[in-house]
Amino acid sequence: MSAPVLEVRNLTRHFRGRGSAPALKAVDGVTFQIEEGSTLGVVGESGSGKTTLARLIMALDRPTAGEVIFAGHDLFAQPAAELARLRRGFQMVFQDPYGSLDPRMSVGRIIAEPLHLEPAAPRGAARRARVAEVLAEVGLAPGDAGRRPHQFSGGQRQRIAIARALISRPQLVIADEPVSALDLSVQAQVLNLLMDLRDRERLAFLFISHNLAVVEFLADRIAVMYRGRFVETGPAEEIFRHPMHPYTRLLLESEPRLEKGKRRARPAPMREDRAGDWTHACAFAPRCPHATMDCTARTPVPTALAAGHDVTCHYAGEI
Amino acid sequence: MSLAVENLAVHLGARALLADMSFRLENGATLGIVGESGSGKSLLALAIIGLLPEGMQAQGRVLLDGEDLLALPESALCHRRGARIGMIFQEPATALNPAMRIGEQIAEGLIWHRRIDAAAARAESLRLLDHVRMPDAQRRFAFYPHELSGGQRQRVGIAIALAPEPELLIADEPTTALDVTVESEILDLLAELVAEARMSLILISHDLGIIAGMTERCLVMYAGTRFEEGPKERILRKPLNPYTLGLLAALPERAPATGERRARRLAGIPGNVPSAGRLPPGCRFADRCAMAIAACRPVEPAWRALEPGHGVRCIRAETLL
Repeated sequence: MSAPVLEVRNLTRHFRGRGSAPALKAVDGVTFQIEEGSTLGVVGESGSGKTTLARLIMALDRPTAGEVIFAGHDLFAQPAAELARLRRGFQMVFQDPYGSLDPRMSVGRIIAEPLHLEPAAPRGAARRARVAEVLAEVGLAPGDAGRRPHQFSGGQRQRIAIARALISRPQLVIADEPVSALDLSVQAQVLNLLMDLRDRERLAFLFISHNLAVVEFLADRIAVMYRGRFVETGPAEEIFRHPMHPYTRLLLESEPRLEKGKRRARPAPMREDRAGDWTHACAFAPRCPHATMDCTARTPVPTALAAGHDVTCHYAGEI
Repeated sequence: MSLAVENLAVHLGARALLADMSFRLENGATLGIVGESGSGKSLLALAIIGLLPEGMQAQGRVLLDGEDLLALPESALCHRRGARIGMIFQEPATALNPAMRIGEQIAEGLIWHRRIDAAAARAESLRLLDHVRMPDAQRRFAFYPHELSGGQRQRVGIAIALAPEPELLIADEPTTALDVTVESEILDLLAELVAEARMSLILISHDLGIIAGMTERCLVMYAGTRFEEGPKERILRKPLNPYTLGLLAALPERAPATGERRARRLAGIPGNVPSAGRLPPGCRFADRCAMAIAACRPVEPAWRALEPGHGVRCIRAETLL
């Protein structure tokens, strides 16, 4: 196995509560790594900390504790100039293809922006050639460089955003819900494009989505995030065929799917998720059908139940 | 109750936003309407309940037990709408009044439609909140919408729609704004309430998986008109319109247990949904369709029934039989 492109160690980000309110542990001791050419899919519901995690890895926010090591360099131990140089290696694609592209800039200028991170940023014809090259890679025409974002559909805009992420030839792309705003028929085009890039360029992806089917399509490994923690990580097939954590099981049961057929009401409805339930040692305990007193007292730690399959639950092996 | 939509069209000036919509819904039946953004599915719902935005004109007929809702004056329609047809919207945060306690919002409709006094309406709204399984309903009765979670707000939306005991419920993307576990709870609740009250249901969604679990029949819309309608199993297993087929193929599905994961690509539909002002001549889907032939371009294909209870708008449907 090659050296990891990204190593994240005990990454933690707390946001101070208002007044006497307890701190919000948006990301709470997350550890993982991503190897060259592989994709880690992070699934979780809103508020699970997925986007905060992406912002920390992009060094757009500083962690309360922990390290983000990109290609061997601790991002938060670098001087600004060195961090800027490193940024060429990791780029981001955002969810909203309307909000993430400056409407006043031409597509060519938008795409060329990350080139400023290079010490000798190409200009003129060289720059245009680089832009044309990535436009072709994402399935757009070189002539599109002169147009503005509003002249493109949602799917085409997301291609522009992907082109911008690719122009600095990164090793890692962080994609935060990149297809959530797209219609089904267009979503498939963009997913195929991401898959091609992964296989052709040996790109590593951190792929964040609330949509399990979309994550499964692209990811080699899956991390299930709940309340700032990874509650289950493992190979994609393992997670989807043999989910071990009660929350992963709930997610898979809840997901509407064609082959499931008519809905059957679950025997015991889960309790509603409440923001005040942070005090439990296991954050999922208030909703968990298997929870015992132990789960409110003792914090579970990730435990390997099979090779590369970690579950953060006291009873994972038994249920 | 029976609902019959006949040749419904919606225009904004000279532009047709919705064209040639017809379908029937019998008492207690459930219909799923599926389509991508711009397909006109929300507009269809608004046209049925007479809530089209300013400037839009509906033509055709919307018959509720034989009475044409489009021909009714606003005052009479207002009563039919609330009392016989209930509507649940996508975003419960914007559908609710932020400055009014949720209990009062439910009671408001009761006082208006059922002509009961404030005390009775209060008791009834509490019962309704309980009925939609609002946790701790007694206390939450006096809450404002912002004090509730998204799922709880949608429960309030459902309680308001159910308050006048409607015979038909129209739910427009009722769970799109919700997390998947909450979505599942709301869909379970809806399915149970609809079955229990023998209500008819029109469920609008972009998610084929949701339609699969909730309705008996399915109507597929594309670029402002109907493309296929029939029994859900038939539509989702062996559709007769290439567009429906394309949607199904674009869906990322769970890999077979022995499958080679890296090999599969999704069969996306090329291009984009055309906007109402830029419809191609002939079949609206022809430019994106893998099965298109020259005969698809000159005139728009007419709607036709290919099997009993299964209609389609495509001249090449037979090749999929």
